[in-house]
Amino acid sequence: MRGPEEARLVVVYADFECPFCAALEERLQGLALRVAFRHFPVRSSHPRARAAAAAAEAAAAQGAFWAMHDALFADQGRLEDPHLWQRAERLGLDVARFDADRRSEAVERRIADDFRAGVRAGVATTPTLFADGERHSGRPEPGLLERLARVDAAGHEGNVTP
Amino acid sequence: MAVVAARQPAPEFSLDRHDDEPFTRADLEGKRTLLVFYPFAFSSVCTEQLSIYNELLGDFAAHGVTVYGVSCDAVFAQEAFRQQLGIEIAQLSDFEPKGAACRAFGVLHPGGFPQRALVLIGPDAIVEWSYEAATPAELPGANLIFDALEAAAV
Repeated sequence: MRGPEEARLVVVYADFECPFCAALEERLQGLALRVAFRHFPVRSSHPRARAAAAAAEAAAAQGAFWAMHDALFADQGRLEDPHLWQRAERLGLDVARFDADRRSEAVERRIADDFRAGVRAGVATTPTLFADGERHSGRPEPGLLERLARVDAAGHEGNVTP
Repeated sequence: MAVVAARQPAPEFSLDRHDDEPFTRADLEGKRTLLVFYPFAFSSVCTEQLSIYNELLGDFAAHGVTVYGVSCDAVFAQEAFRQQLGIEIAQLSDFEPKGAACRAFGVLHPGGFPQRALVLIGPDAIVEWSYEAATPAELPGANLIFDALEAAAV
């Protein structure tokens, strides 16, 4: 989870190999929203999505989830194992530990749990965004994110700065 | 025309399989079956729908459910589609006479393709649950299926 504490919470189900997810994540960064990321990798459409999700979780074990998240979305064409190791190295992570963690059962379970929770919440495509208990599937309609960002979690309009 | 409702017996039908005998009503007996009717192979929306269901095959199996994709495409097109997606879900073809099984299940769209619909059939060949999407563009989330499976288990 990242973003200002007083901002509205949006939960995003996404896949690191999905181009629409990358576009959404980039837009979210410029807005005053508190973002929680959930994994929704669909292997058959995106063969490296699961590996990329595991890389983000392995980075999380070293306190670098968002740094890895951004690095993955920033270059979706390079998601093979050597590219993942390069990212880990660039972020100053312990690469051996990163590599062991990304193959661990705990990471696997975490991703599977996110996926199942997404399915149960009605996620049928990526990205899917939840705000105030409402589901928004696919690319967000124009103006939605800006509208969510303008009103804080308590319903007050105001200028919440990112 | 509306999709065959819960508690109705499944209609008589015959669907072609790739490299196998036709799939008929008799194949429903003795196991739970989920038929996933989708409009066209290679259209982008079905791609994600079947891919997501494919991720959940283990969960469906835990409920004793076998999943099939059904469309009016020829078996060769369906097999190519299945391979391109990299999914395991077996495909059933309603190619000739075109749409006859879809009509029997009440899901034939006036445009000559299956409406996006889900039909869950029990081992006694009685429909347990069904769902028809409001438009071909709507993607029925797998949550609907699991809700139905759990409601049936109670």
